[in-house]
Order: sequence, then structure tokens, then C-alpha cells
Amino acid sequence: MNAFDISFYIFAAGAVVSAAVMVFARNLIYCAVGLLFALANVAAIYVLLGADFLAATQLMIYVGGILALLLFGIMLSVKFTGVELRTGTLQMLPGLLVVAGLLGLLIRMILRTEWAMLEPGEFQPTTASIGRHFMTDYLIPFEVASVLLLVALIGAAYMARREKS
Amino acid sequence: MIQVGLHHFLILSAVLFSLGLLAVLTKKNAVTVLMGIELILNAANINFVAFARYTDNGIHGQVFAVFVIVTAAAGAAVALAIVLNIYKQLKTVNLDEADSLAR
Repeated sequence: MNAFDISFYIFAAGAVVSAAVMVFARNLIYCAVGLLFALANVAAIYVLLGADFLAATQLMIYVGGILALLLFGIMLSVKFTGVELRTGTLQMLPGLLVVAGLLGLLIRMILRTEWAMLEPGEFQPTTASIGRHFMTDYLIPFEVASVLLLVALIGAAYMARREKS
Repeated sequence: MIQVGLHHFLILSAVLFSLGLLAVLTKKNAVTVLMGIELILNAANINFVAFARYTDNGIHGQVFAVFVIVTAAAGAAVALAIVLNIYKQLKTVNLDEADSLAR
């Protein structure tokens, strides 16, 4: 068992435990903190997979941006009077059954398939290569994504504005 | 202990996907449902990056993962705006109580 394996198990356990905290916590702030640590651990998993640019993107956009946005959403939509910051659950037992069945099916499928797995090569920095792909064969999706972000931002700002009465 | 390989990453991704799906299915609060969706997208991203690493298809998986992150950011912004509007109209963000389209 080398350092790569040990760090994989540490970060994978961290991701799963914090995701479980997010799913089973009642307090909304605990949910958000659980998601924060799950996303940070996923960024570490990206580093183990040799995706340095993606790990930095994950930390900046998810941990820095989307999570702050979700916290804003929570705090703007609850009254801070104790009980309201908690969230209940619906149909816990059927949900657990369905998800456990699906997880068993997925793991069985993963273990039984003969994956055409190669030994990964030496780690190489990926940023330049990803940028080259963006500017050549992924140019159209790249531009569409930028327009999508602009539309989403304008739409969100329009919908969430306070109406003058 | 066997060497950590593609299987391990796929199983981790399956577990995270299941937890995200559980959050989407069982949570009452709309914001926590949104968190579950983010977790599902992250699980899919782990798969993309793992396949990009362990097969010889080059770096396309990582490029696609960046697009997934962009789409998730746009989705989160719009969904949050919708949640705030629901709260303004109905004074609740619980999905079982927000059951009216009328003002």
C-alpha cells in the first residue's frame, strides 16, 4: 500500500462521511458545511487523478462560489427563530430502499465489468492542454457556455430583484 | 489490499451519487435538494476524470467536466432565484407545502 492508495482512502472516506452528514443532518447550516467538506475532498480526488486545473476550478467555483450562494439562499429564506432552520425529511424509508438497491446494482455492475484499464502515465500539467481544446475542437461549446452563463446571471438577477411598490 | 485503480474511483462516485439522490428524494427544504443535485453532478465529474485518466482517450473527460461545472453554476444561480421567489410568494421553501401556483 503506497502513499497514493493511503491518500485515496483518506479523501474518499472524508468525501463519503461529509456527504452523509449533508444528507442526514437536520440543521441546514450543518448540511451546507457537510457539502463544503464533501466538495473539498472531491477536489483532492481530482488531484489524485492528475487533474490539477479541474481541482483548482472545483475549489474556486464550488467551494468559493456555489456554496456561498447556497448559504445566502438558506439565510434569506429562513426566519432565525430556532425551529425554522431545520429541515424535515419525506418518505425516508422508501427513499433509502430505492437508493440502496440502486447502489447495490451500480457496484455489482462496476465490479463485474471488464474495464479496458490502462496504467496511467506520468502526471503532466493539464492547463495548457485544456485551454488548447477550448480554443480548437471545443470552441462552439465554450462560446455557448459563456452565453449560457450570461443568460443565467441576467435571469437570476431579474428574478430575485425586489419589486418597487 | 489491491492497488487503487479505476474501480475504486467508480465505486466512490457511485456512493456519492447515491447519497445525492437520497438527498433529492427525501429532503423537504428546496435548498437541500439543490445541494443533492450538486453532489450528483460531482459524482458524474469524478467518473469523467477517472475515465480520462485510466483510458487513452486523452484529456477530453476533463474538458467535459469543466463544462459540467459551468452548467452547475448557472443552474445553481437560477434555482436560488426561483427559491427566493417561492419564499416571497408562499412564505415557505418546503417542497411539500409549496403546492399552489396561484398568488
